[in-house]
Amino acid sequence: MTSLNVPLTTSPAIFPPPALRFDDVAFSHQGKQLFGPCSFTLEGAGPTLVMGPNGAGKSLLLRLAHGLLPPNEGQVSWSGKERPRQAMVFQSPILLRRSALANLTHALAVNKTPGNARKQLAREALARFGLTASTDTPARVLSGGEQQRLALARAWVLSPQVLFLDEPTSALDPVAIKAVEAAVHEFYQRGTRIVMTTHDLHQAKRLAGDVLFLSGGKVREHTPADSFFTAPVSREAQAFIAGELDE
Amino acid sequence: MESNAFYVALSLLLNLDATLFQIVALSLQVSLLAVLIAAVLGFPLGAAVALWHFPGRGGIIVALNALMGLPPVVAGLTVYLLLSRAGPLGEWGLLFTPSAMVIAQVVLVLPILAALSRQKVEELLGEYREQFISLGMSRSRMMPTLLWDARFALLTVLLAGFGRASAEVGAVMMVGGNIDGVTRVMTTAIVLETSKGDLPLALGLGIVLLALVMLINAGAYLLGEAAKRRIG
Repeated sequence: MTSLNVPLTTSPAIFPPPALRFDDVAFSHQGKQLFGPCSFTLEGAGPTLVMGPNGAGKSLLLRLAHGLLPPNEGQVSWSGKERPRQAMVFQSPILLRRSALANLTHALAVNKTPGNARKQLAREALARFGLTASTDTPARVLSGGEQQRLALARAWVLSPQVLFLDEPTSALDPVAIKAVEAAVHEFYQRGTRIVMTTHDLHQAKRLAGDVLFLSGGKVREHTPADSFFTAPVSREAQAFIAGELDE
Repeated sequence: MESNAFYVALSLLLNLDATLFQIVALSLQVSLLAVLIAAVLGFPLGAAVALWHFPGRGGIIVALNALMGLPPVVAGLTVYLLLSRAGPLGEWGLLFTPSAMVIAQVVLVLPILAALSRQKVEELLGEYREQFISLGMSRSRMMPTLLWDARFALLTVLLAGFGRASAEVGAVMMVGGNIDGVTRVMTTAIVLETSKGDLPLALGLGIVLLALVMLINAGAYLLGEAAKRRIG
């Protein structure tokens, strides 16, 4: 947990987050190949932005990496001896029919945090994500932006080493988008590996350390953000960026 | 005037008729206890069938759904055979006691609570599944979370079970025996008064029973609505 004490600078934590490795990973459903086979390794500081057109397999990649779906072929593995602590933030947050506070204490209880520490940690996380006023509000009557911040707060209390975000801002207004991006940056500074999908090129430019570009269920290119946006290597990414800029 | 059922019902209530009071109290006691026991067993059972996939699961779901329509007299007969002197549980000496009536009603209500809670929990699981897997929750850890989050839906299920228990007459008649002062409840009293030809009294008792069930349902409805507004 040393990474928690890193001063707030723009550089990531000293210890690199766990590396993620896909070895010939493929996923098919009802005989239709939806993803892969693909091999790649995410080992830099990130954040890694997964980009690509609709149906490219971005969400699938996140679910395979996080273990929500088992691959039909190949292997997903992590550096280090143990599977790293992970959390995921979904496009539309899945929140329990309880108060904002209870949503966080539930996650902490699942995580086997001692009972007497839960409320304190939960309140700290609510404060960090600007939700103190909503502590006792039922989670499902919060606004879309607040719900997404609550989902981020829930991920925060779990201190994940890896955080997956699946189009977390696609249903939000600009103010809420800004709050989510700030939160992502906080995770990053804590030394969390960020893997996030987006179809928003501008958002990707703001956040990305490297870009994993998918189309047709295959990884077409994995390059540092600088070169991806200025000089994409793959034909698919060139077309994607050109198409986006034409709009 | 005195042969009017509403008049009889009203005078029974206003005179605080001791016999009526006893019958009402026993009816509520038996049915509420039966629903409580059935809930303690049936909700986890329903949730377990929703959560775990095992061979024969489909058969259990079909059986639970079918048993929702179990005729009360069949439930009564089964419990009667179990509890009769010569039956396997005859030593307990429970036949023709309120306990026997509770057991018979548990048999009737349990499938309703289990089958309906299975549906509700499965719906909720569909919504929560990815988050649960993301949190690394085991199925047994998911169960209490799902049951608590389905609490308003389960309240309605509970009412369905209570309706079944308080309305049936076949099972409590067979295993209780309608003994005056011991096992006589609202429904068996109504049957008795009807067969004796005292139709106004039978109807009066029916009105009281209906009013009671309405009252309980109204209370549960208001509770559920208030909570729903708060929780969203």
